[in-house]
Amino acid sequence: MPRTRRRAKTAWGSDPDRLRIAVVDYGAGNLVSIEQALTAVGADVRVARHPAVLEEAQALVVPGVGAAAPAMRRLARQQLLAPIARWVREDRPFLGICLGLQLLFEVSDEDGAAMFGVLPGRVERLQDAPTLPHIGWNQVSRRREHPLFDGIPDGADLYFVHSFAGVPGGPGAADAILAETTHGATFVSAVANGNTLGVQFHPERSGADGLRLLTNFVRWAGGR
Amino acid sequence: MLRRRIIPCLDVANGRVVKGTRFVDLVDEGDPPELAERYALEGADELVFLDITAAPERRGTLLDIVERTARRAFIPLTVGGGVRSVTDMRRVLRAGADKVSLNTAAVADPTLITRCARRFGRQAVVVAIDARRMTEPAPDGSPRWEVLVRGGRDPVGLDAVAWAARVTSLGAGELLVTSIDRDGTQSGYDTALLRAIADRVEVPVIASGGAAGPDDFIAAVLDGGADAVLAASIFHRRIHAIADIKAAMAAAGIPVRLSTEGAA
Repeated sequence: MPRTRRRAKTAWGSDPDRLRIAVVDYGAGNLVSIEQALTAVGADVRVARHPAVLEEAQALVVPGVGAAAPAMRRLARQQLLAPIARWVREDRPFLGICLGLQLLFEVSDEDGAAMFGVLPGRVERLQDAPTLPHIGWNQVSRRREHPLFDGIPDGADLYFVHSFAGVPGGPGAADAILAETTHGATFVSAVANGNTLGVQFHPERSGADGLRLLTNFVRWAGGR
Repeated sequence: MLRRRIIPCLDVANGRVVKGTRFVDLVDEGDPPELAERYALEGADELVFLDITAAPERRGTLLDIVERTARRAFIPLTVGGGVRSVTDMRRVLRAGADKVSLNTAAVADPTLITRCARRFGRQAVVVAIDARRMTEPAPDGSPRWEVLVRGGRDPVGLDAVAWAARVTSLGAGELLVTSIDRDGTQSGYDTALLRAIADRVEVPVIASGGAAGPDDFIAAVLDGGADAVLAASIFHRRIHAIADIKAAMAAAGIPVRLSTEGAA
């Protein structure tokens, strides 16, 4: 099977008005769709397979599906662990999607992986779910307002593909919760801690409302 | 509440969407990216893209079409056909697929399911099961189905329900269950098959094969226990609009996503 042509951009574009977003590629799939969706909403997107790409980026997106332990191993191999941790510690604009959100927590029950630990709490299997994985469109109910959800109706259907979700812990855990979703039990489907944002659903695969959320992220990250 | 999904299926041969009856007598139905965009706009919840002529030399074409399709429709895309290794799966995901469907290769080597699930997570691994009702029922009189491979042509001596349970324990995150008896016949989904499998597994089941009208979609969910319902010809030929089927499902009390505008 021949390799597919890689169309990932290797340099930033020349338009200074476009927000420069580095999308971290650590081999966990789902990269083309996020790259395309962010480009469609006006960002200047570069795929980051090594730390150098982060240097001129204005915002960082960590996508990904799958298990935490192999993801952390691949990020380590690509020497991306420390730069990503530093990015979040410095409170620069960050969006974690699905696994990219889960990696921000301390430890995953899925495989015991130790993760970035920049959000207090653990990643746990969905409780009382009628089907697992939780696959499909489900309602995202907001717990507080945030510019990330501007123009998106409360309770909008967005697309999920996962079996685990982050459970914020410690003091102030509730403050981080932006939105929740119910599949069996209710779980946290969006978080915000300063400029660190994360969503358990896939905005790049959630049709018009998902593109709206990415538009909001680009606008919000560029407006500082 | 989790919505039940409507999934148009693009059967792709030599870069074109085709549809035949029982996997033969193929008729050209259009360009994959164009159809994908149309369906996303019309309210499809997801797309399945099956390369039904997955010979190795066509793989490059397929990846190119997957990439062009993924650019046009911002809804999830499952790609199947000819994925035989973890490396194959990685390339299909990198071309823009969200999930990969395994069929013949999983029967030939069930450990492929586990290896793909370990690498990419089980939610990215769909196992497609092509099943045919056996003429001899089980000793207790209940129906039985056997697994077929190679595009629904060859029986392999596996019971479809037992195989469904096994692939789930090996790491499949979703099952795409096609009734070969019903495929292309517009005689309704095999709800007994769907129910037998849905009752045995925890993962979502996608119903496939036999859609004629809205009542079949409703039956697949309410009688068959399907989480998602797939169809091809009735959408390609505009026999039914996705919105009309969803409206009928909603009227039957099934939760569906009624917003549209899935494309750019």
